[in-house]
Amino acid sequence: MSTLLEVRGLVKRFGGLVATDHLNLDVRSGEIHALIGPNGAGKTTVINQLFGDFAPDEGDITFDGASLLGLPTPARVQRGLGRTFQITRLLPDFTALEHLLLAVQAHQGHCFRFFRPARSDPRLLSPAREALARVDLADRADIKVSALSHGERKELELAIALALHPKLLLLDEPMAGLGASETEGMVRLLESLRGEVTMLLVEHDMDAVFALADRITVLVYGKAIASGTSDEIQANPEVKIAYLGEGDA
Amino acid sequence: MTRQNVSIVLIVVLGALLLAVPALAAALGNPALVGLATRVLIYAIAAASLNLVLGYGGMVSFGHAAFLGVGGYVVGILFHHFRFSEPLFGVIAGSDQLLVVLPAAVLITGILAAGIGALALRTSGVQFIMITLAFAQMLYFFFIALKTYGGDDGLVIRRRSALFDLDMRDDRTFFYVVLGFAVTFFAIYATVIRSRFGLLLGAIRQNESRVAAVGIAPYRYKLAAFVISGMGAGLAGALLANYQRFVSPDMLHWTKSGELMMMVILGGAGTLFGPLFGAAALISLETYLTQWTERWMLILGPVLILIVLFMRGGIAGLIDQLLRRLK
Amino acid sequence: MTVFVLEQLLNGLQLGVTLFLLAAGLTLIFGIMGIINLAHGSLYMIGAYAAALVARETGSWLLAVPAGLLAAGAAGMLIEMVIMRRLYDRDHLDQVLATYGLILFCNELVTLLVGRQPMFVGIPPGLAGAIELIPGVPYSIYRLSIIGFGLALAVGLYLLIQKTRLGMLIRAGATNRDTVRALGVDIRLLYTLVFGLGALLAGFAGIMMGPLLSVQVGMGEQILIMTFVVVVVGGVGSIRGAFFGAIIVGIVDTMLRGFMPGWMRGIISDTAQADALSAGLSSMGVYLLMALVLLFRPQGLFPART
Repeated sequence: MSTLLEVRGLVKRFGGLVATDHLNLDVRSGEIHALIGPNGAGKTTVINQLFGDFAPDEGDITFDGASLLGLPTPARVQRGLGRTFQITRLLPDFTALEHLLLAVQAHQGHCFRFFRPARSDPRLLSPAREALARVDLADRADIKVSALSHGERKELELAIALALHPKLLLLDEPMAGLGASETEGMVRLLESLRGEVTMLLVEHDMDAVFALADRITVLVYGKAIASGTSDEIQANPEVKIAYLGEGDA
Repeated sequence: MTRQNVSIVLIVVLGALLLAVPALAAALGNPALVGLATRVLIYAIAAASLNLVLGYGGMVSFGHAAFLGVGGYVVGILFHHFRFSEPLFGVIAGSDQLLVVLPAAVLITGILAAGIGALALRTSGVQFIMITLAFAQMLYFFFIALKTYGGDDGLVIRRRSALFDLDMRDDRTFFYVVLGFAVTFFAIYATVIRSRFGLLLGAIRQNESRVAAVGIAPYRYKLAAFVISGMGAGLAGALLANYQRFVSPDMLHWTKSGELMMMVILGGAGTLFGPLFGAAALISLETYLTQWTERWMLILGPVLILIVLFMRGGIAGLIDQLLRRLK
Repeated sequence: MTVFVLEQLLNGLQLGVTLFLLAAGLTLIFGIMGIINLAHGSLYMIGAYAAALVARETGSWLLAVPAGLLAAGAAGMLIEMVIMRRLYDRDHLDQVLATYGLILFCNELVTLLVGRQPMFVGIPPGLAGAIELIPGVPYSIYRLSIIGFGLALAVGLYLLIQKTRLGMLIRAGATNRDTVRALGVDIRLLYTLVFGLGALLAGFAGIMMGPLLSVQVGMGEQILIMTFVVVVVGGVGSIRGAFFGAIIVGIVDTMLRGFMPGWMRGIISDTAQADALSAGLSSMGVYLLMALVLLFRPQGLFPART
């Protein structure tokens, strides 16, 4: 299996705090790779550096054979990086469908089209509706985001990311704040995407992580202390002490 | 009746009313009504242009009067050179033809907006408000300094620009010409808003980082909106200069930018016809309050404050609520 | 030539400290309450008018100054309680428009009460005349005292903000509103006080400028826009930025006005044209400065620490 994402010697400091400490990380094509660690381990910081929200101080990020360093977020998305946000970033005045129309038109290329109405364009509508159906939101298409439940917003974020047909999907705590049945639904949804899209999953819900992840990297204080399959990680004594032993955060 | 049908009925009624303005004015024995309606239409074009960046794109430009004024000055300056038959910079001949001066005004304000926008859009928030104001003030003082074209006193345009063989001196004819431009403008404006570009602009207003996360860099789209907006305001300025047969630095004054913003908010920011309603309301208010009392600002000021504080969504929002209740 | 330069420098400094008094209030109000207040110039006008009226009626500056301060401060607090309070959670657009409405109202109200004629007030008798700074170079005592008062107030403001409990709250409020709320401070009262303080400073600037300019409707807006330039050049929300920004803007503006006509007359033979052109170009100068600063240092030259 080829390596899709290769992180080497990544360092990010905030003042005196080292948030990412010489991190190495490999995500292989087609796998679901979980990034776990206690609160404050710097998981979102890693995602943010991958996505281009801020630049690392040292190290390199290679994605699909080319370095991502110096590229702004939109360029990274165009190269095949997708993301969901821990705290959903949606557009309050838009309906669920309008979010997908936006994503589909972004995926189709430039948006300098001034004349054909967007909301009735079948070339936008059918992929948009398809993506909504994929996350089971087809019947919520015309509901404004402000009227959607927390779980539905998380699903909408995922649908937007999927509509961009990413090679690698960065999932920042997709289960956070979900109820038991919603979590189950999200796990099933991600499971259904296995093989179709590579995923880097940051998640606190260990049951979900062990159910989904092909491989797991454990992050503590910005450092990767272990990397391996679920079984290897569960058996790793260092991980038990540093992380699992401290109880579920 | 569906909402769409209601909107169509409203547009038809509005259109019929506008077509009938000169007849109505004659019937009411109030010929000044024609001029009032002309000014409303011209300002509606300017306010709608501002609405594209302010209401749809969320860019609070506090300098749009600059484009209005420059559009007007293009007409004035070209006429000036036409009248004295001396080409501008020795090469550009003047003109009194509407179909020459209007495109020229739109082109030049477009170029100007591209320059100002390219720089100003590197900032956001308060800084954007202030930098657009700063550029407008620079142009305001620039025209004051231009003694060749009247400086402080402004520039008189002796005749309205010619269009075919129409008698442009007749206010009714001129009204219909402006109406034609306004209808064309609003048709294009409505199309742009509903297009992919318009959808994206709405998304940019709400959250730029969301837009970046779907792979779109907002800057050039914001710039495009700013340029279109500047061109629209330039068109309005060119028509206004023709209507009043006069341009002066006052057209670029920052209070003029404030008035345009007021029209947008009063009518309803981010709505199709809001700017038209806003322009109609503000200009009528101004005209009738002035007749009633010289101190009309004493009323307009508090009215504006009350609208901002308590009437969110403006007139268009109010109409929308009424329609909802009717259903 | 050097004499002229010195004189222009002092004039620039005098304009600078005046701008600072306005900018300090404006930037504080923006930093703490997040409000863009276009009506700040109206408070300056109110201060100038109240002082000019009292000076004209009583002939006493000892009464005129407190009257101006009282009028500006009271107007500021009233505006805060009636209007501004409702704008804190609104976006900048709403704030710009509501305070724009306030300008229209204030200008018209003053016209209604006092009339449209500009008022001219004399320089307070004790401060009239000129003093020789260097032998042979007389300079207006009044302008010098404005510089003195302005600098003294700048120091006072610095001490207030750095050394007092109110100042501590203001500093905390500028960077983190929630912290101040968490301290159990009556945030509404704090806001009213800050607004009142800004109004007092603006009013004082108006009082001092009265004898130098004519007191008239619209004087507020002229200086308001320049004050915005100062705030943006210095860094929005930063008092230190307001001070240095004000001095820079004051000196740049005065110097351009002082030297531009000479340069222009050197280039253009027609004197009237040269003067008109230089008046326009020198007015453009500070806006050009602001645009340049924003392009290269979007947060201003002395950004507020966060």
